[in-house]
Amino acid sequence: MIEILKAVTFLLGFQLLGTTAVMGMGLPIPGPVAGLLFMIGWLGLNAPKPKLLKETAQALIAHLSLLFVPAAVGIVQHLDRLAYEGKILLAAVVVSTILALIVGALTFVMMVRLTGTPPEGQELRS
Amino acid sequence: MNPINEVQDVWAYLRTTPLLWLMLTMTTYLVGFWCFEKVKRSPIVSPVAVAASILGLILMITDTPYNVYFEGAQFVHFLLGPATVSLAIPLVANFPRIRRAAIPMLAALIASSATAIFAAIFIAQVMGASDEAIRSLIPKSVTTPIAMGISEQIGGLPSLTAGLVVLTGILGAIIVTPLMNHLGFRDWRARGFAVGVTSHGIGTARAFQVNEVAGVFAAVAMALNGVVTAFVVALFSQLL
Repeated sequence: MIEILKAVTFLLGFQLLGTTAVMGMGLPIPGPVAGLLFMIGWLGLNAPKPKLLKETAQALIAHLSLLFVPAAVGIVQHLDRLAYEGKILLAAVVVSTILALIVGALTFVMMVRLTGTPPEGQELRS
Repeated sequence: MNPINEVQDVWAYLRTTPLLWLMLTMTTYLVGFWCFEKVKRSPIVSPVAVAASILGLILMITDTPYNVYFEGAQFVHFLLGPATVSLAIPLVANFPRIRRAAIPMLAALIASSATAIFAAIFIAQVMGASDEAIRSLIPKSVTTPIAMGISEQIGGLPSLTAGLVVLTGILGAIIVTPLMNHLGFRDWRARGFAVGVTSHGIGTARAFQVNEVAGVFAAVAMALNGVVTAFVVALFSQLL
């Protein structure tokens, strides 16, 4: 248990560090993203870290979608708007998301071929 | 004492406590997850969508304002911070793999992110959406906290953006697997990266469920898209 507490404290510490840096330097990115960058630097340097950091991170990431629920419920504040332009917004989201998925995967695969990037040997077999 | 009054008193007390709304947020998500398991983890059922729909209905029926709900739900919302930081761990663990694919990643990031933004603006404009709605749409592919910040900066409605972000996330998570299979994309890196750019954390959560490599590339894509979009928008809004 104490190891999990250490891991959570470690994560919060980096979030605080990121938030402080963002506020101090007036950067346009949120604190947690800056914290993420600092954490990459720290782990990249092989600096000491809590024993259960990996497990704690996995637990948080595994149910990442739960964390979006409170923001999603916020849509109830816009029911009037959805009544008259909900269909437009839905169409814009659906079409642009499908296009962006296709363009993203296509560009990635084309650039892999163009630059001769080695495959990872984990491609999906049909 | 009249029992009906008593029930009303208890309810009047409960609906103002964070505990009730926190509990309902967790419970509805568990219900959503149970449905997801029932359909054998098919992405057609999204635990977030199930939870948000039930909660939305409860708020409407009980006439509870969103800010009262958020008093309780903020504890869950807050965890987005440490969860974002914790993405550093899979990123560092897979660093060699990421470095080898740096050029395809940057190209895909620019192409996919621009497509998501401009296609949405174009469709909304052609169909006659209001200016505020279009501005709220622009950051929809970026993870919630960043998207809400961007929306505010460019004159959108942050809470509408949050809803659109989640909608985009759920939609991407639902269609990515059938779409990629249909089009014959077999590279897990490409599949994961595309869903990370377009559908942020919800897409990333889906990618991790399907394949570890896809998940890692989705996480990188989400982080890069968030940071790059935030900087690009900040730059533009200073120029304008």
